[in-house]
Amino acid sequence: MDLLDIFHYGFVQRAMIAGVLIAAVSALLGLFLVLRRFSLIGDGLAHTTFGSVAVVLLIGISPLYVTLAALPLVMVSSLAIYKLTSSRKINADAAIGIVSSLGIAAGIILASLSGGFNVDLFSYLFGNILTVNNTELLLSFIVFLIVVAAVIYFYDDLFAVTFDQELAQSMGIKTGRVNVILFLLTAVAAVLAMKVAGIMLVSALLILPALTALQLSLSFRTTMIAAVGFAVGAVLCGIVFAFLLNLPAGAMIVMFNICFLFLVFAAKKLSHLRR
Amino acid sequence: MPIIRVDDLTFRYNGLDVISNITFAVEKGIYLGIVGPNGSGKSTLIKNILGILRPEQGRVELFGESISHFRQWEKIGYLPQRLSALNTHFPGTVAEIVQMGLPKKDPVTLRRTLEMMAIGHLASRLIGELSYGEQQRAMLARALIRRPDLLIFDEPTTALDPETREIFYSLTREMSRTDGTTVILVTHDIGAIGQYAQNLLYLDKKVIFSGTFKDFCASEDMTGFFGPASQHLICHQHDQIGSSG
Repeated sequence: MDLLDIFHYGFVQRAMIAGVLIAAVSALLGLFLVLRRFSLIGDGLAHTTFGSVAVVLLIGISPLYVTLAALPLVMVSSLAIYKLTSSRKINADAAIGIVSSLGIAAGIILASLSGGFNVDLFSYLFGNILTVNNTELLLSFIVFLIVVAAVIYFYDDLFAVTFDQELAQSMGIKTGRVNVILFLLTAVAAVLAMKVAGIMLVSALLILPALTALQLSLSFRTTMIAAVGFAVGAVLCGIVFAFLLNLPAGAMIVMFNICFLFLVFAAKKLSHLRR
Repeated sequence: MPIIRVDDLTFRYNGLDVISNITFAVEKGIYLGIVGPNGSGKSTLIKNILGILRPEQGRVELFGESISHFRQWEKIGYLPQRLSALNTHFPGTVAEIVQMGLPKKDPVTLRRTLEMMAIGHLASRLIGELSYGEQQRAMLARALIRRPDLLIFDEPTTALDPETREIFYSLTREMSRTDGTTVILVTHDIGAIGQYAQNLLYLDKKVIFSGTFKDFCASEDMTGFFGPASQHLICHQHDQIGSSG
């Protein structure tokens, strides 16, 4: 098969457009999360997505709307992580652990109540970007627009809060509001990323492009652009190679993200050695 | 109208009083030094004044407005004590950090402020790549760039070399004298307090002393707290500045 032939398939086109939009959103938010040491929030929210999907499947909502229907519960979970963390009595990693465990446990119990694990629930564990439907494509586009608009509008506030939350407070920035927006957008990104990479690999889409871009030691704005570039590159390469080699797209996307990280890391080491 | 008014302020953490019943006011143009032993609540007091922490009881007013209604944050330049928690991978350049929160980025003001702190050559360097002293100078530049009406510094000179320390103190004293900028300086640098501050607040979970240097030097109670040598050093340096300027 000619490489260009794969772009003629409607499902591949949908996968690529949705993948690019979701990867860009995840990378944008991921940079703030990584710098604020919330890297594992993607994992936590992915696990609560598992519980939310189980709820949605149990009450019999059509698979076409599962992503949409799972959103409210994951957003509530994200706010729960934020509330637990901001109480200063529980560290971020522990708060993520609590909500994450609750999500998985609830998912398993609900799956059991519904008569055992079924194929639908398992398909969300590993994701399949090639099955993106028109509803999810539209949702990805809307979320992309919202996240980009929010990052542009709140850029100064997000930058200050990421640099130092107390300093941001002393500048009159409503850090609580900024944090709630960041956590809610992350919840939406995590639910969408589930479709791309599966619940098991959601955090990779949030963490890896940001980590790769950070190795380049660029300014904040340029780091954001670089993170989006790496994320989009990994999605496009991942989908093409997954299709050509008949391998799972989500795992291939993550593998390309890791390859980019190692390549940039190696190039950086090499340039240091040459100096 | 005082620039800062603190009335019966108490802040508790885990049921314990960190500071209790703090009352004082700072008038416009005053250079106030806040001193006290480690754990005396100096940084906690500053964070309560800035609304970063919420007090258990009491009231804070900034520029005549209750802290809960205060919105003119551009009037305040603040340098926190803790910069060591800075993420070394943070991808912000010195220029980005110094201009943080400015509604209008003005390259001329930026260059002038950076050169004032002798870091003009570091504008495009990442903040995490700099030495602690250079980071501190960048943070000072950030606090000063708007030429705010109120400057609050929490241990600002800890990592600075003597030359930069001198630049910092001279600059803030000049701003206080010529522009009427109110300066709050939390420090362990007793020599600097004597040299630059007009008023003194000695804190040890509550206010031990609040007043002018003249009152402080005349107070025998303060000799007990500071020790005769420290009190003499502070007062001697303050007298020297007073007689020379």
